[in-house]
Amino acid sequence: MKARITVTLRAGILDPQGRAIEGALRSLGIAGVASVRQGKVFDIELEGTDRGAAEAALKDAADKLLANTVIENYRVEVVG
Amino acid sequence: MKAVVLVFPGINRERDMARTLELVAGAKPAMVWHAERELPAGTDLVVLPGGFSYGDYLRCGAIAARAPIMEAVRRHAECGRLVLGVCNGFQILCEAGLLPGVLMRNAMLKFICRDVYLRVERSDTPFTRGYNAGQVIRVPVAHGEGNYIADGATIARLEGEGRVLFRYASPDGMIDPNWNHNGAINAIAGILNARGNVLGMMPHPENHVEAAMGSTDGRGLFAGLVDHLERAA
Repeated sequence: MKARITVTLRAGILDPQGRAIEGALRSLGIAGVASVRQGKVFDIELEGTDRGAAEAALKDAADKLLANTVIENYRVEVVG
Repeated sequence: MKAVVLVFPGINRERDMARTLELVAGAKPAMVWHAERELPAGTDLVVLPGGFSYGDYLRCGAIAARAPIMEAVRRHAECGRLVLGVCNGFQILCEAGLLPGVLMRNAMLKFICRDVYLRVERSDTPFTRGYNAGQVIRVPVAHGEGNYIADGATIARLEGEGRVLFRYASPDGMIDPNWNHNGAINAIAGILNARGNVLGMMPHPENHVEAAMGSTDGRGLFAGLVDHLERAA
């Protein structure tokens, strides 16, 4: 099974990297960019076929290591 | 003082820290590798030094905070014994949940390596008894992620309980955004845990302990710890 965990900064947390990227996009002349927030994507391959167990393990992984829930949110997707 | 300096892959300030501990406390600290599961018996102080553990992969300090030795550090702290985290060590303590909050990218996005001025907020802690409350000390910083933040309730609690021990300040002790080089909330440079035995700070007091370094302002922190432990003994 393949899965993807997406980690993003919580609303209200200052993202200086996102802001710098936003500025760079403007200076490239790319129109219509209102704001940019930078995040992380983890593509994970899992053993076994139990989708429920996989989702539980991925949530555990995100809570314990992949995201710092003080400042970040995460989304778990088992993609098949 | 029986001190331990933890060594994680990618740490690079452990020898500065060991040298300072030997200079001020008169005994060489034990260097303990991250893969160990126990601290030496009778350890008074555990120091997490600065550097770039695991190359700052994932988040600064995130992987080191899950190292095997950290369970022993947690037990050591739960017994009320002393823990000091400097720079990456502060980031590791936050990631390990031994201190609240997180160190974000510096507000100006630059790695900053220079001397800063810190106002010592209290002198009645094991870490600051070598200073006077309100005293300003000059110590170096060298970090890209030192911008301390926590949720509003946590900040209110830290402030209400007097757990901010060091703030970035002007040379005359004023709190001013121009002297808060990394944008930390309330100019926070160092905080204490609720029990008062775990300190994390971004600046490097261990690098200002001899006249040849240009300042000895950092020495008071280590001398204060030695004094605290001698009185407790």
